[in-house]
Amino acid sequence: MSRAFSQLISILTPILLAPLLLGWVNQMRAWLSNRRGPGVLQPYRMLHKLFNKDSVMADTASSLFRFAPYAVFGSMLLANAIIPTLSTDLPLASAADAIALVGLFALARIFISLAAMDIGTAFGTLGARREMLVGFLAEPALLTVLFSASLIGQSTALPTIVEAVAHKHFAIYPSLVFAGMAFILVFLAENARVPVDNPATHLELTMIHEAMILEYSGRHLALMEWAASLKLFAYSTLGIALFLPWGIGQKATPSSLLLALPSLALKLALIGIVLALVETFSAKLRIFRVPEFLATAFLLGVIGMLTHILLGA
Amino acid sequence: MTTLSIQLVNLFAAFLLLLAFAMLAQRRVLTLVNLYALQGLTVVAATTVVAHMTHQEHLYYSAILTLLLKVILIPWVLHRLIKRLNVRWDIETLINIPSTMLVGIVLVVFAFNLALPISKLSTSVVPGTLGIALACILLSFMMMITRSKALPQVIGFLAMENALFFAATSATYGMPMVVELGIALDVLVGVFILGVFLFQISEQFESLDIRNLENLKEE
Repeated sequence: MSRAFSQLISILTPILLAPLLLGWVNQMRAWLSNRRGPGVLQPYRMLHKLFNKDSVMADTASSLFRFAPYAVFGSMLLANAIIPTLSTDLPLASAADAIALVGLFALARIFISLAAMDIGTAFGTLGARREMLVGFLAEPALLTVLFSASLIGQSTALPTIVEAVAHKHFAIYPSLVFAGMAFILVFLAENARVPVDNPATHLELTMIHEAMILEYSGRHLALMEWAASLKLFAYSTLGIALFLPWGIGQKATPSSLLLALPSLALKLALIGIVLALVETFSAKLRIFRVPEFLATAFLLGVIGMLTHILLGA
Repeated sequence: MTTLSIQLVNLFAAFLLLLAFAMLAQRRVLTLVNLYALQGLTVVAATTVVAHMTHQEHLYYSAILTLLLKVILIPWVLHRLIKRLNVRWDIETLINIPSTMLVGIVLVVFAFNLALPISKLSTSVVPGTLGIALACILLSFMMMITRSKALPQVIGFLAMENALFFAATSATYGMPMVVELGIALDVLVGVFILGVFLFQISEQFESLDIRNLENLKEE
């Protein structure tokens, strides 16, 4: 009973909090560039507006186009469900480990790219190709990051890794320094943030994510936007679980959940501030510089594993 | 307490490797100097921790010496040099960063394997750091080879000296004080002489690209 409850909580928390995280990042970005910003609740208002609108379909759209938002939203939700956010006592997490998590992100990417190409407009195809370019370089980098953490936890299951880092005696892991740097680069690339893509622009020369969801409207667009914020949330909580896991409860008792929630909120707020700072201070890369950016991430991940093997920590 | 110190030294070693890669990939001269200062600071921190762990007083002195020389004085001199030579916004366009990094990772694997038997014989409490120090030396060496501008080469040379110093500290708890003072003086004099060289090069060719030096040889 308690385990099912814990799983339910860790599914509901991302669904409810993910738009808030996105709103917080946008608000911080606005403040950092001396603008007033729309407020942290803006993503909720937008979702509400989009759900109440009719969805317009292109004549050339196939059933794949219709189905893609649900597939993307579903895989993002499942990804969030297996990442330990509040407690490590997750029944679903034993079914899918860190490698399956990368697979879930890949599944969402494949669906969103296919849907973008489905309509046949130039922008959709362009966005899909760019997304695949970024994705196929970011995935191995993310895998090396997860392997570095797995070497410490001696397991690829995320709850085991979290317990190994958070609940055994305190130790400093140099390999996690490299993995952390690599993870930040992958985080920026995968979530369409500034050095790789700008989420606030519809400039056709630069956009990646926005180009793919250009044809969506109404409830489909709402699901896509919600899935994007869920992805941001999933990456943030994955970063917390791997690198700052202190405060995540072991057993899913109400008291430990109450204790874990403020620490999660604090860490997410911090991640939002850091993300907004990074986005404000860096300029967008040319698209052909992105492989260089992600090669660096892959390299750091590999060095992290090597350091672990050499230093034994 | 000791385990924490060992972990800290390992962490600083990892930072050094990270900085070595950052320097290898950095195109801007100005950032390169700042990275060099940061590398010096990491070496100072590692030396201080080793000194505290092993209760060796002369290591404190060499940490202070490193702080004054490699974190404050030499970066200051380099900054002045950049200002005087007017190469503040100089960037190198010719190196291919991803392939350089890939060669760099091969060097790291090579250095780790090379250091493994040596560090097994070592009596030091942090044997693993020798491999990292060796990797940093090789990476700095490679930075000197791949760059064509004179100033990044000088910084590569200085970074190599930093890595050597770290190797000495972590593997054998530092060299005798006399040797250390001698090396420090050598580095300082080296920087000044190289500074004069740079002025000569830039006056002769109006650029710091050392490929120009190939024109000097007789046919």
